[in-house]
Formats: sequence, structure tokens, C-alpha cells
Amino acid sequence: MGSGKSGKKNTPAGVADVGVVAEGVVDTDGAAWEYAPAPESRDIVTIAPEYGLFINGEFRPSAAGRTFATINPATGEPLAKVAEAGPADIDHAVAAARAAYENAWGPMPGSERAKYLFRIARVLQERSREFAVLESIDNGKPIRESRDVDIPLAAAHFFYYAGWADKLDHAGLGPAPRPLGVAAQVIPWNFPLLMAAWKLAPALAAGNTCVLKPAETTPLTALLLAEVCQQVGLPSGVVSVLTGAGETGAALVTHPDVDKIAFTGSTEVGKQIAASAAGTPKKLTLELGGKAANIVFDDAPVEQAVEGIVNGIFFNQGHVCCAGSRLLVQESVAEAVVDRLKHRLQTLRVGDPLDKNTDVGAINSRQQLDKITELTAAGEAEGAERWSPPCRLPDTGFWFPPTVFTGVSQSHRIAREEIFGPVLSVLTFRTPDEAVAKANNTPYGLSAGIWTDKGSRILWMAQRMRAGVVWANTYNRFDPTSPFGGYKESGYGREGGRHGLAAYVDV
Amino acid sequence: MSDPATTGRLDVRKTYKLFVGGAFPRSESGRSYQVHSKGGDLLAYAARASRKDLRDAVKAARGAFAGWSGATAYNRGQVLYRVAEMMEGRAAEFADEVASAEGLRRARADAVVSAAIDRWVWYAGWSDKVAQVAGAANPVAGPYFNFSVPEPTGVVVTLAPQESSLLGLVSVLAPVIVSGNTVVVIASEQRPLPSIVLAEVLATSDVPGGVVNILTGTTAELAPVAAGHMDVNAIDLTGAPAADRAALERAATGNLKRVLAARDREQWTDTPTLRRLMATLEIKTVWHPAGI
Repeated sequence: MGSGKSGKKNTPAGVADVGVVAEGVVDTDGAAWEYAPAPESRDIVTIAPEYGLFINGEFRPSAAGRTFATINPATGEPLAKVAEAGPADIDHAVAAARAAYENAWGPMPGSERAKYLFRIARVLQERSREFAVLESIDNGKPIRESRDVDIPLAAAHFFYYAGWADKLDHAGLGPAPRPLGVAAQVIPWNFPLLMAAWKLAPALAAGNTCVLKPAETTPLTALLLAEVCQQVGLPSGVVSVLTGAGETGAALVTHPDVDKIAFTGSTEVGKQIAASAAGTPKKLTLELGGKAANIVFDDAPVEQAVEGIVNGIFFNQGHVCCAGSRLLVQESVAEAVVDRLKHRLQTLRVGDPLDKNTDVGAINSRQQLDKITELTAAGEAEGAERWSPPCRLPDTGFWFPPTVFTGVSQSHRIAREEIFGPVLSVLTFRTPDEAVAKANNTPYGLSAGIWTDKGSRILWMAQRMRAGVVWANTYNRFDPTSPFGGYKESGYGREGGRHGLAAYVDV
Repeated sequence: MSDPATTGRLDVRKTYKLFVGGAFPRSESGRSYQVHSKGGDLLAYAARASRKDLRDAVKAARGAFAGWSGATAYNRGQVLYRVAEMMEGRAAEFADEVASAEGLRRARADAVVSAAIDRWVWYAGWSDKVAQVAGAANPVAGPYFNFSVPEPTGVVVTLAPQESSLLGLVSVLAPVIVSGNTVVVIASEQRPLPSIVLAEVLATSDVPGGVVNILTGTTAELAPVAAGHMDVNAIDLTGAPAADRAALERAATGNLKRVLAARDREQWTDTPTLRRLMATLEIKTVWHPAGI
């Protein structure tokens, strides 16, 4: 939720924010201030050389003894060896989850389940800085975001759903809501701990037991969360954490003793999972890709809109499924908005994720960097005009500068395909009808942004967006009480709020 | 069927055709098939819809979506109630059709027709209430107004129940359209005639053309085309042949259709739950800052 970014005033060149200590001077074309580095201390985190799987309440090596390395994307250096779960480990974890469901978690009164979840929320708050630093090291995201967004929201999700555990009969989902059983949950690398919380909290509140598979590039905070589960005394097998890559995830979701699959990730993999679950009684919810339109009308307050555009696409390096990756700007103000946007981007700070001044961190992996590089090359090849602010990127690790394409048409790949990086495609429109048509002209339907001062137009536009989340005069806001999820090929089911419970109960 | 030797008049028999975009075309393929009563008598020929007919019906449904989903809930509720009114007036005809299609005694057929009419009334009332039951005002931790509303998912293909040719049909159709979806129904293959009489009611009940499209024909031929169609948002597999269900679910993943899985032994006479109504809804959440 890019509150930090929106909170940073867009200060005209040469006028310092009160309280900002400038080491150097702003050059005449508005380039970034020089700041002294302000690194967050790593001392609070101890990274072990090797991590096991968390199965049935204890850490253990994988049955086959296989491991893989997780690396720091900001430096390219290995952080730790992590166990790779294979079929035997999956059998073990699912059996432990089944036993815990039948013997411990399922029969437990909701009021008692609630207290475990409240405990988890509290420990996440207590250890929040440790989680934030670890998240930024393993993922590459700026410490400001992990500290102010990821970790507090993860704790808030556990706190919110804890309260539902003994109130399911009153949720309005049906007369006698029952848990589904064993949930297989596969999560992505862009918000590692937060996605774990989005999956585990409602599932556990409803009385299910969980086998969680974090992404292979970001396993460390999920493993730290497993340690928290031990600390709070969560019964063995209620939560297991199996690290591994796509093969592990595929084997987990196709396990015959799984009752529920929840997946967040790419639309391509989501379709494969849906196909694998076809004809089985497994329940499935999917939170997949997006290609959101962020629509700016000519009456929008430009400074606010520019902050919203920046927050929409450069928050978390653009590794956000609901990122505002298509800027639709009304033709009459397009030039002014793009000029102002470019000016603003010159003050974005790209660099060390642990530096508290950093706005844009590292790209999560070599593979993702290659994908961004390939798609942006296609953008140029197809005739769009590419622009990035002058910025020095670190020599090691995976980095990509904030990038804006103008002159983009709807047929361009950069207007159609999810880039999942700090790359904005700018398109224009003349009438509200044209904005609606262009915004909805995508197989995705996760989110949309609307910027206008006219209230009736906000509501008119919001009604017409075929998208699950609509942000009006704001962008990238998240809250545990607020349902999140897609239309069309962005998936089905909702996470968050009362609606998020529906994915984990049988009525 | 009256005998001219005793009544002195030859009766005028009905041609049962498809219902697409508010019109009653024959299949573009020119095909038809025999429909028999439960007792084995030839009742009529029904149109045997083709893949092209299905695609045309989806196009009609897509074209009708903006208007129907954009209509007020009050308006949709009145239109559905109007369907019940029109059915009531033709209750005897429906009872005849159901009796011969399903082999029911007259009293039982009358009861089935009454239940089908009452089902329209029940769902008509949901049109302006479901948003209050399925929606929410969300108390987010910040200065924002945040609300969630249910919206129709779009174009739905419904494989109607094979056994219950009228009550089952109404029970799967009404919950889809009441929220603003538009629909292509693939009628019971062996018992399609009540669905066409229903189409005649829909055509005279202020239901805009294209909101409901009804195809008769071979379910196993049409269902895979529907499941694979990229402009269909959801599919109800209630009437799918058991052996085809897994393949249809798999085909539906091509554009991640919402799938209402088939359930064995549904009791159409039971009071419905909200399961069907909710299955073709999307939840949209809207945020706006609150401030001065």
C-alpha cells in the first residue's frame, strides 16, 4: 500500500521539504537530491546457512535431501540453502495436515482457534522489524515498504480473521458453515509474508489446516513465520511450510488428499492448476495477473494524480498484480501529465533495499529481469517511445530503471501483456466511453484507477470497470477488511473481508 | 391430439424452434431431431442446434449484457415477476408439455408448473436485495470510503437439467438472469419442448431480446463448444453428461470460466439456497479517500 510514496511531497526542484537533510544540491533539471545513505541495520536478523521444511510442527531436511539457494537480488549473493520438498515430503505434510484437521484444529472451538491467530498477529507485530529486514533482503523490496506495508498488513490480516473464527455462523455465508479440510496454498514472491498471511489467516480461522508453498526466490519470511507458529504453540500439522519451485507446487496442488487449493501467481500457471483440478471435488480460488488501467481525466488534480501514477506502477518495483501498468490519460492533458510525471520520476531513488531513502529496490530475480528486458525491447521494436530518468544502478544484483513508454497503442505487447516490473505504458483517450472501452479491452480484470474531481463520473466509471478492485483518486490501497480479487482471467474468489472467508467454508 | 373424425377439425400443431436474440429461428444447420414422450410417442421435431447457432446465441447474449446488467434492479425484478404472470396464464399448456415430456400424471404436472411459477416469483424478489446481502461497507484502517458490491459476471451458458424439463430449467435460469447476467441455455436433450414454450413466455414478458437464448439439440455436441468459448464468462454444468464433466471443466479453464459444478440428485422441489445466485456474481470493491 504505497502510503510512504504518496506521503512524500512532490517538491519542486530547489525547494527542500522541511526536515529533509540535503547533502548536495539539486541540479537544474530536477535530478534527485543527494542523500547520505541511511541503511537499516541487518543485525536484527540472523539468517541460517541452511533451512529445512516445516512439517508437522518441526523443521526437517527434505526426504530426498535436495536443496536450492535463495539469493539476495540486490547483490546476487546466496543467502541460504533451502530444502526442496518432493513427493514424500508433500505426502508427509498433507497427512500431518489431515491428522491435525481431524484431531486438533477441526474439533477445536472457534474461540480457541481465534486466540492462536491473535497470538500470531501479536508476535508478527513484536518481531516486525526483523521480518521487514528479512523480507527486504530476500525479496529486494525497499525497507520502507516492507516496514510500512507488508509486515503491518500481514499482522493486521491475522488480527482481522482471528476475530471471525468464533463468528462464522454470523458471517451470512450459509446456515451451517463448515471448514473444507486441508488447504494447499501456493504463493508468489512479490509480497512473500503478506501473501502467506492472506492465505493462512482466513483458512485457519474457518477451521482448515494448511500446507503453504512459498515462492522459490523468497522462502525466508515464510520459514520465519513457521517458527512463529511454533512459538505460539500452534498444534503440529495445522500449518506446514514446504519450500520448492514450480514442481513442488504442482505436486502439492494435485495431491489427492487436498480439499482446497488457493493460488496466487501468473494467469498461465493458474490455468494449469485449474485444469489439474478439473473433475475433482477440490475447491479452487485463484488470484492471478492483471493489466490495470489507471485513468486520468482532464479535471483531475495533476499533482495528486502523478503521485497516484507513481504509486500505481513503481510501488514494489511494479511487481504487483494490480499495478496500474496502463496509464490512460485524457488527450487534452496528456502532455502536461506526462511532463509532470517525468519530472517526478527524476526524484525517485533506485538502490539499496535496506536504505530507508530508497523508493525502488531490486528486481526479484534474474528470470524476472530477463522478462522485463524482453518486453521493454518489444515495446521499442513495436514503435513506442521509451524514457527513463537518469539514474545510476548498482553494479551487482538485478536492477531495472523506472521506465515510461509513450505513444503506446492497444495492440502493442506492452499494452497487452503483464510486465510485472517498473514499466508504465501511456495511452490516451478523448471521451469517457473511450476510456471505458480501452480500460476493459484486456482479458484481465483485477483492478482499475480513476482520477477525476467529478463525483458522478467516478461512480459512472466505477460501475463500468470490469475489475474486482477500483481505486478512485487513490491507488494500491489494501486492507484486511477489503475484498480483493479479479474478474475474467485475473482469477476467481476474493481475499480479504467477509468475502474472503467464503473461499474456505462449505455451506 | 384431437382426432378430426370426432371433432370435425384438424388441430394446428406447433413448430418448436430455437430462441436466439429474441427471435425464433430454425437451426442454421437445417437439422432437427425427434422428440418423444416418456411413453415413447413422437411429440414433435425439435431444432438440433449447431456450433454456429451456439456462437450466434453467445453473441446475442453478449450484445444484451450491457442493457440488462445496466437496468435497475427494480426493473429486472418486475420483468422476472412478469414472466411468472405470463406463465400463470399458460399454466395448462405448460402442464400438458410437462406431463408428456416427463410422463407425469396431470395433478403432478400441475404442481410442477405451479412450483416453477413460484420460483420466478421467489427470484424476482431477490433482484433488489442480493446486493444488500452479498455487498458490504468495509471498515478499512484509513481515511477511505470502501464498499463492495456484487455484479453479474457476464454471459453464462447453462446446461439445463436433463430430467426436470420445466421446474429444473426455471430453477437454473432465474438465478442467473436476476442479477443481470445474460444466458444461453442448452435445454434438456430428450425433453426440450417445455423450454420452447418457456421461450414463448419470455418473448412476451418484457425480457429484452438476447437476455435469454435457448438452444435445443445434443448436449454432448454443444457443451464442449460452450466450455471452450472465449467470450463466455461462466458455465453451469448441471445438465452435463456425467462422463463429460471433467473434460468440460478442463475446457472451461481456457479463459477461466466460473464453473458451477454438476451435483448429483438435486431436488428441484426444495426451496432454493443462494448457491446458484451467488455462483454467477463478481464482487467489486471501490475505494475513495475521505477528506476535505
